Amino acid sequence: MSETQPIDALRHLEQEALSAIAEAAEERALEEVRVAYLGRKEGKISAVMRLLGTVPAEERPALGQEANRVKEAVARAIESRGRILAGPGGGGHHDLTLPARRAWKGARHPVTQTIDDIWGIFRQMGFTRARGPEADSEWYNFVALNTPLDHPAADEQDTLYLVDSVLLRSHTSPVQMRTMEKHDPPIRIIAPGWVYRRDTYDATHTPVFLQIEGLVVDEGITFVDFKATLAEFARRYWGPDTQVRFRPSFFPFTEPSAEVDVKRVITRPDGTRQETDWLEIMGAGMVDPNVLDNAGYDSERFTGFAFGMGPARIAKLKHGVDDLRTFFDDDVRFLSQFAR
Amino acid sequence: MNVSYRWLRDIVPGLEASPEEVAVRLARRGAPVEGAVSPGAELGDIVVGRVVTTGPHPNADRLSVCTVDAGAGVVHVVCGAPNVEAGSYYPFAPVGAVLPGEIRIKKSKIRGEVSEGMLCSARELGLGTDHSGIMKLEGDHRPGASFVGAMGLDDVTLDVEVTANRGDLLSHVGIARELAAAGSGNIRLPSIPGDPALSPTYAEDARAVRVGSVSITVEDADLCWRYLGAVIRGLSIGPSPAWLQERLRGAGARPINNVVDATNYVMLELGQPLHAFDLRRLTGDAIVVRRPRDDERRFVTLDGEERALGPDMLMICDIERPVAIGGVMGGQNSEVEHDTVDVLLECALFAPASIRATRRTLGMSTDASYRFERGVDPDSMRTALERAVSIMLATAGGALDGPVLDVHPRRAEPTVVPLRLARIERVLGVPFDAGRVRGLLEPLGFTVEAEDGERLDFGVPGYRSYDVSREIDLIEEVARTHGYDAFPSEAGSYRPSTVPDDPMFQLEDALRDALVALGFLEAQTPAFVGDLEGEVRVANPLNTQEPFVRRDVLPSLLRRVEYNLARGNRDVRLFEIATSFRAGNPGGPPVERSHLALVATGLREPAHWSVPDEPVTLWDLKSWAEEAARLAHPGSKVIPAAEEEGPFEPGGTFALLDEVGARIGLAGRVRQDRVDTPPWAEAVWGLEMALPAQAPPRATRIFHRPPLHPPSDRDLALLVADRTAAEEVLSLIQSSGGELLESVDIFDHYRGEGIPEGTRSLAFRLRFRAADRTLKDREVDRAVQAIVGRLKEELGVERRG
Repeated sequence: MSETQPIDALRHLEQEALSAIAEAAEERALEEVRVAYLGRKEGKISAVMRLLGTVPAEERPALGQEANRVKEAVARAIESRGRILAGPGGGGHHDLTLPARRAWKGARHPVTQTIDDIWGIFRQMGFTRARGPEADSEWYNFVALNTPLDHPAADEQDTLYLVDSVLLRSHTSPVQMRTMEKHDPPIRIIAPGWVYRRDTYDATHTPVFLQIEGLVVDEGITFVDFKATLAEFARRYWGPDTQVRFRPSFFPFTEPSAEVDVKRVITRPDGTRQETDWLEIMGAGMVDPNVLDNAGYDSERFTGFAFGMGPARIAKLKHGVDDLRTFFDDDVRFLSQFAR
Repeated sequence: MNVSYRWLRDIVPGLEASPEEVAVRLARRGAPVEGAVSPGAELGDIVVGRVVTTGPHPNADRLSVCTVDAGAGVVHVVCGAPNVEAGSYYPFAPVGAVLPGEIRIKKSKIRGEVSEGMLCSARELGLGTDHSGIMKLEGDHRPGASFVGAMGLDDVTLDVEVTANRGDLLSHVGIARELAAAGSGNIRLPSIPGDPALSPTYAEDARAVRVGSVSITVEDADLCWRYLGAVIRGLSIGPSPAWLQERLRGAGARPINNVVDATNYVMLELGQPLHAFDLRRLTGDAIVVRRPRDDERRFVTLDGEERALGPDMLMICDIERPVAIGGVMGGQNSEVEHDTVDVLLECALFAPASIRATRRTLGMSTDASYRFERGVDPDSMRTALERAVSIMLATAGGALDGPVLDVHPRRAEPTVVPLRLARIERVLGVPFDAGRVRGLLEPLGFTVEAEDGERLDFGVPGYRSYDVSREIDLIEEVARTHGYDAFPSEAGSYRPSTVPDDPMFQLEDALRDALVALGFLEAQTPAFVGDLEGEVRVANPLNTQEPFVRRDVLPSLLRRVEYNLARGNRDVRLFEIATSFRAGNPGGPPVERSHLALVATGLREPAHWSVPDEPVTLWDLKSWAEEAARLAHPGSKVIPAAEEEGPFEPGGTFALLDEVGARIGLAGRVRQDRVDTPPWAEAVWGLEMALPAQAPPRATRIFHRPPLHPPSDRDLALLVADRTAAEEVLSLIQSSGGELLESVDIFDHYRGEGIPEGTRSLAFRLRFRAADRTLKDREVDRAVQAIVGRLKEELGVERRG
């Protein structure tokens, strides 16, 4: 027997065995293949192993190593083929199609996620977050914001009072004044928070809801910056094809004031694109000089803009939720749909 | 504000825009149209029918049988109304027509007589409340013609949203001005059919005027700035003519009678509320404008409601008693009736704040109060009054008696507002030259009073005097008229904010992240609760069941657990971060604190075939409590609470303490009486923790090199008396282990065979390590000996076996 012959024979046997394994169509045929190659008495590979003693001593380690490798490779192939032939649930193995063992999946509330997304965009545009109390005074909620208490815009029918002049803030705008009192310009903030109104629950109103206020004050801030910043936000949030429209409106603490509408382009599952109707997304405007004066700022020197939006309404539109009250039900089957 | 498109077109003759185009233009100018309906929208099936014959029903005394020419031949109709006359025209609903309220007309037999359609009353058509008889059509008509066309109901009513600053837009003329300024030509008041072309004279004074027997006195001039009264005698009250009814219906108003309709017409056209008093019911033929006297505390308004009067409500009185709440609503004791002959027509100007206060106190809002609150044009009062008188004379007859009384205590100076061109650019970011500014503002009625190249002084028309008094108000008008869309939208550079990102948001986010990672869903619950759960009361609550804002958040979450369990959701893990309100100083604001609450019930992890189902346990809760407390209050501790704390079962409650030992929260198994669960539900676990008033600074982490030398582990099984806390044993081991002791863990807890009564076995794994060398066994043994010695000495704890 020449030096290379036993190794060649082994490799040949390996190939032969692997094809026979692949061709075995049922478990009994596979068992026959196993006996034919690895059977202790008649197995062809076992036979080669038995010959090892006859090989010259210097060739023995190399040949022995190769023989072991082949034996293991064939055994592995038999096992793996056996698994396939036994079916997913058979052969004493796990059926790997069984469901995984999972942990409970948590999720932020969908409205929190909407705030997160909005905050993420404003953070990229250099904003920080500010906050203020939910129970506040008439001064911060109305008067400082250029809304005299005898003005129709300060309608107490809509405001929940606690005692005397203390109320539950009806918007997040008091944070404007509280922030300006503590800090000098430049101001660039958003202020998410809960606000309270004397509304009854229906599909589009809840007496307590989240709002996001925004305020920018510095020298040289103009109506053009105002439009550009909010249009940029809208395109980043709703997509680059979003159209943005500014309509004149009235808020006592901004002048000029605007309603901001967007028209989105939605891509349907079939790939076609569709324009939505115009959606009102925020009230906004240039900060009224009286507000800046009330904050102790020089309104001749500083200008700014402010805006406010309702993330629950935005979440409602975005996720196709038809009733705002759904956000307060906290049904785990609803909330878990928003897990990441 | 409901606006008739046809009326608008009569005021703006050049207006070619369709109702849709008008809506777009108004929206661009800040008065969006919320909806548009036609007053005849539901009456498309109705035609004009001419009654040819009428005769008695053979089988019913109260019914009649008519033949009606409805254009397509003569049909038989059974009719129940007493007033049908042969030869007259009536609205007719043929077979197949659908009436308002989805009533479909079918061919039928009524007491044996065939009826092929229906003659309609005004009420059946939704055009009025009168159902005493069929609605007779005035004038000549073609049978079969569209009823909507014949009645002028083919108008479009636009629902225009008017912002609180623009009282001037609460009229057709006001809306027309905006459209005219937007390029629809000039405006004019439509002609009145039968206009008597009055040119009345006026008797004027600052406080009181008398003309013949009639007198007007304004006593409280702070609340009533002007009061005009016209005396009209010899009227006959009746229905208004078709043109007037059409106008009102087009603007969404219901015709009532010619006198009331005339006042409503003028209010809708010019924005000036008017009121007609029945002169014979005014004692002394006098009007006295004053606050109520002490004995005048009750007043019945013309809607039949008795109202409680406040001392600062402005009343219109005769010489004896109040006859109207000024600017809000007239009184039942002086209203025009069907047999009224002489009226005193009021056209007044009241202080907006006073009207607002009055109607707020009374809890009512009327068309008049709504306009007075927002400001009525002081410059067109005579026009409004004369127009109303003209309509009354044209539609109800009679004559103006003598000069009009005009009591005018307060004359406003004309408003002049300077506008700097440089300031416009500073606010709007775009330069406007003087010519452009004039071109934008003059069509709105602003007049240039002075001009010097850098600055224009604008006179403000009366109808804008309420919302334009400052430079910024004019700048807004420039921007609005120029068109917001016409401004560029290019972002400039910005300077960074001086305001740091509030660390409380970062702490709340960190807590949210941690709890979401632990498999909790974030909930949001309303803050309103009943009296057991709050100490801060809302003065004007939404409802009487929940008049408080909450002290704690957990009870709200427990209700959400109940909600979920009721829907068969067995596994509920919720958390919420929300504000807790506690009573502050009397009369002051409450004390607010951010709270975290969480609840969990059901399985520790979703059911899986490979492991037995295991519900949430005390040890899960403890780990959540420790995690939450650690994030919010570094250095905090979670310890066993005293018995009976919060809504939790005794003996299974943890107290959360901050770094100085102050209690910040509780966690435990929720008592059965605090959460209503079905029998199949697992235990409910809950936690409530106050967040710090200020977020803790985030500690900078200092790098520790992972050890290079191997550890030596020793297990120590100890017999610990039940009265000795595991915590005590643990901390004694830690403090007595010396610097070689790296960590201690408890890995077994056993009680039972071989363990004496009143004790349990606790097994500790001690890991020793030196930073600079591999430890020798005898060093470790010495350290263990020292620990065992201290345990025995101080706690009487022995090694087991």
